[in-house]
Amino acid sequence: MLEITEGSLAVADAVGKCRPQVIAAYPITPQTHIVEALADMVANCTIDAEYITVESEFSALSACLGASAAGSRVYSATTSQGLALMFEVCFNCAGMRLPVVMTIANRALGAPLSIWNDQQDSISLRDSGWLQFYAEDNQEATDLHYLAYRVSEDHNILLPSFVCFDGFILSHTYEPVDILTQEEADRYLPRFTPFQRLDAEDPISFGLFAAPDYYMEFRYEIDQAAKKALSVFPKAGREFAELFGRDYSGLVESYRMEDADCALVAMGSLCGTVKDAIDELRDAGNKVGLLKIRTFRPFPADEVKKALSGVSRVAVLDKNISLGSKGAVALEVRDALYGSQIPVHDYIIGLGGRDVRKKDIARVVSLAGEGKGDLYYGLREEVLK
Amino acid sequence: MALGTGCTARPGNSRNNKTGSWRVFRPAFINERCTSCGMCRIVCPEGCIGENEEGLPVPDYDYCKGCGLCAEECPSEAIEMKKEEK
Repeated sequence: MLEITEGSLAVADAVGKCRPQVIAAYPITPQTHIVEALADMVANCTIDAEYITVESEFSALSACLGASAAGSRVYSATTSQGLALMFEVCFNCAGMRLPVVMTIANRALGAPLSIWNDQQDSISLRDSGWLQFYAEDNQEATDLHYLAYRVSEDHNILLPSFVCFDGFILSHTYEPVDILTQEEADRYLPRFTPFQRLDAEDPISFGLFAAPDYYMEFRYEIDQAAKKALSVFPKAGREFAELFGRDYSGLVESYRMEDADCALVAMGSLCGTVKDAIDELRDAGNKVGLLKIRTFRPFPADEVKKALSGVSRVAVLDKNISLGSKGAVALEVRDALYGSQIPVHDYIIGLGGRDVRKKDIARVVSLAGEGKGDLYYGLREEVLK
Repeated sequence: MALGTGCTARPGNSRNNKTGSWRVFRPAFINERCTSCGMCRIVCPEGCIGENEEGLPVPDYDYCKGCGLCAEECPSEAIEMKKEEK
């Protein structure tokens, strides 16, 4: 049923319908509305979950780790500095192969302190073993939670997932969202069947010490599991589409890419603006298309290569910067296109909540046409002196 | 592999993972000086010193990491740490 609702509330509703047994979270802007809404549901007994209030994000994810190891479906949500505080536990969740699902309401990292949106927080955990899915709008943000549990809990994967949606731009925006009923959600997402769990009757230890003769093999296994998500995610997407009509089976999604000369590459809510800009550019005779990256981890290099094979140039919009190097998405796209002659231009854009408007997209397209790339878009002139 | 998916292991796993290979110094027990006080057995962090019928210490070199606590604490100086020869 279509409801006009806030992004955070739509996400909280979906999470509740995923029937998490344990929720542990610490409020932080702009994630707060999600965990407030879930706390309400627990207090009002509309969902049957244990809500653990904690004193920090480190504890929040630690509680989730323990609860997941004990065999519960668990949930948390955070952003920015909160995610930074979870850094160590993130690596442990992945290494212990625990299918935790966490929403990231993407926000810039300090310093300077900023509560506004970019994607630096989740991008900075790209090497942690967590799968990362990026939502364009609140419908996708909501639905991706059902997919995330399906993919994470698959016994061939057993890795935690971030569902990333842009803070404020999506989390605090009211738009129509098709809300699943509990029966529909149950039809798609079965009860959690742990691969193994902590059990006093049948003891097992998680996350043990691996000496140099075994450590590398564990890293290899995590990497292999993450790469298996390249086939498990599309399958989960197809099954979702069969039930509800919305298709997330693509690891990437093309918009007006047929005969495109210049391809823009973006992740998250930026894609909506880019699509509108492309419509106007197309009307003006510019052959421009968008390649939207839905799964950043695992990175769908083959799909990216295939989708971009016919274009003359690529312009990547990065809402992050790997300081001292390039934008993280551009690095991946360049790697995917290695050996081809297609130039990949990188544009660092919209950091710390700076608006990206349709005219900015049009400007990026013309910069790419002039061969001017690998720059911070729209910088104040005083810093360039 | 020695550990399962998620770096897991069942209890008693240390029986399979012999840690004696970590040793750089090996405690040598000099029975002539030993008074069978049992201090070395008490302080051994690995619990890998047993005793024979005569009450003399019997180390299990499969698990002794060579920490040297037994030699440090022995009141009779009956344990000497010697460079491990491999």
